[in-house]
Amino acid sequence: MSESDGHLATSEKASHEKVTIGRRGFLRAAAISGIGLGVMGVVAETVAAATQTSTTTPTGPTKQWCMIIDLRLCNGCKLCTTACQTAHYLHEDQTWMNVYTMQNAAGEDYFMPRPCMMCEDPACVPVCPVGANFRTPEGLVLVDQHKCIGTRICMNACPYDARYFNWTDPVPAPRQPFAQEPEWPVPQVKGTVGKCVDCAAMLPSGQLPECVVNCPMGVLYFGDLTSDVAVNGNGATVKISTFLAENDAIVFKEEYGTHPRVYYIPGHGQDLNNNASAS
Amino acid sequence: MTDVLNPPSHTTVPAPGADLRASAMRPVLETPSWWWPAVAILGVIVVLGVVAWVYQVANGLGVSGYNDGAFWAIYEANLVAFIGVSYGGAVVSAILRLTHTEWRAPLTRIAEATALVTLPIGMAFIIPHLGNPSKLWELVWPPYWNLTSPILWDFFAVSTYLLATAVFFYLPLIPDAVIALDRLEDEPASTRVRVRKSLYRILVGRYASTPAERRRLNGAIGLIAIMIIPMAVSVHSVLSFAFASSSRAGYMETILPVYFVVAALYSGVALVVLTVAAARRLFHLEAYISSRHFVRLGFVMIAFGAAYLYLTFTEYLIDGYSGTTGAAAWVYQIVAGRYAIPFWIYFFAGGVIPLVIMAVRRWRTTTGVVVASTLVVLALWIKRLVIVIPPATEPLVNSPLKGSGVLAGNWGTYHFTWVPISITVAATAAIPLLLLVVFRFVPILPMAEMEEIDEAGHEANLEASV
Repeated sequence: MSESDGHLATSEKASHEKVTIGRRGFLRAAAISGIGLGVMGVVAETVAAATQTSTTTPTGPTKQWCMIIDLRLCNGCKLCTTACQTAHYLHEDQTWMNVYTMQNAAGEDYFMPRPCMMCEDPACVPVCPVGANFRTPEGLVLVDQHKCIGTRICMNACPYDARYFNWTDPVPAPRQPFAQEPEWPVPQVKGTVGKCVDCAAMLPSGQLPECVVNCPMGVLYFGDLTSDVAVNGNGATVKISTFLAENDAIVFKEEYGTHPRVYYIPGHGQDLNNNASAS
Repeated sequence: MTDVLNPPSHTTVPAPGADLRASAMRPVLETPSWWWPAVAILGVIVVLGVVAWVYQVANGLGVSGYNDGAFWAIYEANLVAFIGVSYGGAVVSAILRLTHTEWRAPLTRIAEATALVTLPIGMAFIIPHLGNPSKLWELVWPPYWNLTSPILWDFFAVSTYLLATAVFFYLPLIPDAVIALDRLEDEPASTRVRVRKSLYRILVGRYASTPAERRRLNGAIGLIAIMIIPMAVSVHSVLSFAFASSSRAGYMETILPVYFVVAALYSGVALVVLTVAAARRLFHLEAYISSRHFVRLGFVMIAFGAAYLYLTFTEYLIDGYSGTTGAAAWVYQIVAGRYAIPFWIYFFAGGVIPLVIMAVRRWRTTTGVVVASTLVVLALWIKRLVIVIPPATEPLVNSPLKGSGVLAGNWGTYHFTWVPISITVAATAAIPLLLLVVFRFVPILPMAEMEEIDEAGHEANLEASV
């Protein structure tokens, strides 16, 4: 998987320069962590191990992927949604990265991007009868669509409406740089569940997820909790712990105990519906 | 009770019990003129359902009206409803047996057969429910089992219950097969008689009808009767866990297992009333099954019906009263919102009207009970839709401030299409179809059981007169 291979998936993107900057920023972040690009093999191996139900914990340090969403900056353009759908060949209503229009306490609209929360204690994983959902050592919650039988009980369990079913034939996709695997579920499989994968197959080569790269506002940061560094599509790099603490970051529906790895930075009286649980 | 178990015809026939045996064996030995046309029509309906399913497999679940805003709907409701109606067999045969309720005797075979055919039909709804039915084998292949999944345990519970139901159907059949074999001796040899003879020989096995064996068999039946009750409770409880393992208002309810079990018992007894009424009419069993049977079954039914109404009231009251947005919105949508019409259909047709019919002496007749049971079976199916669909269409990411309070967010919509309707109608038609086939081979009345109770009754009468 060379860098140019990974590039194929993003070659159609509007802002090529932005991609490069974002990647460069990300590479710098990876260098700071002292791990570099060699992590790719480890990711591939550990993900393969995780797929085989028997999870062998890797000996070396691993990435712990996370996302930070700065709600103060989001203007609701939904370029993240369309970029995701283009890259993964999704139907229009399969909004893996969805942007909700919410209302703050002053009655003004604000926008809330919602990817998969990549929970540390995901509600979707234990309910699957055939174990098609799993969590990688890097903290990604993925679906094995070759195993999924389509009971949709994970869609019932997920508190974030983050899962989307393939009710009809998937959008046909040309030959992909990666095999159809949980890390790159393209094309989708009819009759199975799909969801945001944080573009897992692109991460080892140092590329940011499509939504992050294509956000012109720099709302979305993607990073690694181990090295404590995150970067957004505009190339801004932050130290995660400081950034979260200084901006009073919150997680969505904390009361469910799912421990999401997506952190929201609220701006103007936005409470993410945290005061009104579902039941 | 004696008017039921010793109908007037008995006194005119010299050999006691001979008439009972003739009536019980008549469906096996004679083909009524309507039998083949009925089987043909029902068979066509079932085949059309299979065609609809094939169409769904080819085009995806989307053709059945599903979408991401309504990920569970009619098939899941059918799964609950069809497995639910199989509970009638457990009630009439097991509970009434254990409480030594003698009037149950003529009904047990019909009730157990109903349970035996409805349960696999209910289980079969797993297949259209799945998005990828070609991977169904993963549910029976242990390396794939994820033991923390409620769906897997549903599968285990229902399979176990099916096995127990089959055994519970088989055991009381053994002494009847002995009687039936005996009776077939007098019949002129034909393919039909030969097939049934070999079937009964297999059923009888090495059972020789000695008093000791009879005692042991009754002991075994009693044991299964005890075991099948907790099994029945477990099936619908675990089924409810699949819904309850969620953060959705309306699914995440502690009342759900009880709610499911009571609904199953309620609709189960109602379906037994309907099958018993049909069997009585079609196979001329009026001498054994009287209007008193229906009235008693009607009372058993509305006892469950009243309990179910109470549970519904409790659930909606508490969730509606609570201030949490999700729960309040869900109750509002059911009671006064987009799901109000089906809910109130249940409330009157499945809750209030059956109670009124049974309360008014003039309406408490065979016809009255059959009408009430029909309403209950239909209304409880609708109620299952009201249980399954609203929480599945709930928006989980919404702003409490957007819109008008409890109506916040964009609710999903399930669209009924011809595909699931055809499959549902086919499953419904499969119940009478399979019952007609079963009673071509199996005596429709439990002859041995009825005669035993009859003898016991005579002895009791003798003792009383001495």
